[in-house]
Amino acid sequence: MMHHVSDEMLEDYVSGQLSAGWSLGVATHLALCPACRKRVQVLEAVGGVLLENIEPVPTASTSLQDIMSRIAEPRDEIIAVTPTSPTRPRGGNLTPILPEPLRQMVGGDVAHLKWRRLNGDVSQVIFETGDQTTSCRLLRVKAGRPVAEHSHGGNEFTLVLAGSFSDKLGTFARGDVELTDEHVEHQPIAGPDEDCICLAVTDAPLRFRNPIVRLFQPLFKI
Amino acid sequence: MSEQSPPDRTKSSNRLSDPVVSRQMVNHIIAVASERDSAAFEKIFRYFGPRVKAYMLKLGTDGALAEELMQETMVSIWRKADKFDPAKAAPSTWIFTIARNLRIDAYRKASRAEPDPHDPAFRPDADAPADDVMMQTEIAERLRKIIATLPEEQRTMLQLSYFQDKSHNEISQDFGIPLGTVKSRLRLAMQKVRHALGDETP
Ligand SMILES: [Zn+2]
Repeated sequence: MMHHVSDEMLEDYVSGQLSAGWSLGVATHLALCPACRKRVQVLEAVGGVLLENIEPVPTASTSLQDIMSRIAEPRDEIIAVTPTSPTRPRGGNLTPILPEPLRQMVGGDVAHLKWRRLNGDVSQVIFETGDQTTSCRLLRVKAGRPVAEHSHGGNEFTLVLAGSFSDKLGTFARGDVELTDEHVEHQPIAGPDEDCICLAVTDAPLRFRNPIVRLFQPLFKI
Repeated sequence: MSEQSPPDRTKSSNRLSDPVVSRQMVNHIIAVASERDSAAFEKIFRYFGPRVKAYMLKLGTDGALAEELMQETMVSIWRKADKFDPAKAAPSTWIFTIARNLRIDAYRKASRAEPDPHDPAFRPDADAPADDVMMQTEIAERLRKIIATLPEEQRTMLQLSYFQDKSHNEISQDFGIPLGTVKSRLRLAMQKVRHALGDETP
């Protein structure tokens, strides 16, 4: 399951129990991974069969009438729900670096974002998903440069969107996911050819080894 | 007070697993899409309404909201019927995803994160291999058989993982089963499911 979403995470995504931050990571990986979309299809089919076999519960006596009258209501809200994505690049055939649903969530593709420098090699964009249990950011690491060695207070989901990086667990390129937890201490290094851009979702602040970096951590919100 | 065994129950749960029901549902949804057929819609409601409501209740939604979310699900079925594609999903699969998404939206006040197949950055499927054309209703049929023959403890774990808002850890604590056992039962169940469908997972 290297480079893909774990079974447990995918099952939670399908059953609807994954919180918004992780779900964003999974959904963005799915945009780039036909193999995992197939796994989702199977898991959803299982959900369907379980739904067939669930012990039915009586509906309200007026249910069907209520439903039919709701159907007859004008449905302006539908128009509001289906705008074409405003963040879609106009004109050009350039493939965006950030796939949906991520692009919409951060408000545009990488060139339109305000990147904040963490040090000479790494910059980031922190954004809100409304999920209190995770924090989400985009990280950009200069080609061939390392990210400070760090371990994790919890789980970290890293999805590569441009370039690549390598650490002791392997090499990860566009679409690949690395899942790490508090037992993993690693030092990712960006591939030599282009800057590496990743989506990182964590459920706790990263713990950097270098005390100076740690000192600055609150400042940079990492 | 004679304890009456509930014969309907076993009977109905046999009937539910009947693939014929699923094929009929395909036709009903298509009739709703193409002819706005309210008789067909009523059949969908009679079958799925009580199940969708049960699904909402199992996930801890209170009675009034469960009824409300069930009704919303039915309204969505009516409105999205033309988007239903039997080559992509069995009726129960499609309805499961509608109900699930409405539930998430109701609790999160935000839409569920999903990829957009029309996004230029979306990486499309490679050419479908021959057996990929297998209708989803057939896949559902195989799944029905596999799930029906799972050992009780594995089926229960599978149901809990879909229909309880609980982590594996919480299931372990609530049922007094070691976490490793929870995970292994679920893993075994899912292995059988994948095996039955021809394992192609990465
Ligand atoms: Zn994948």
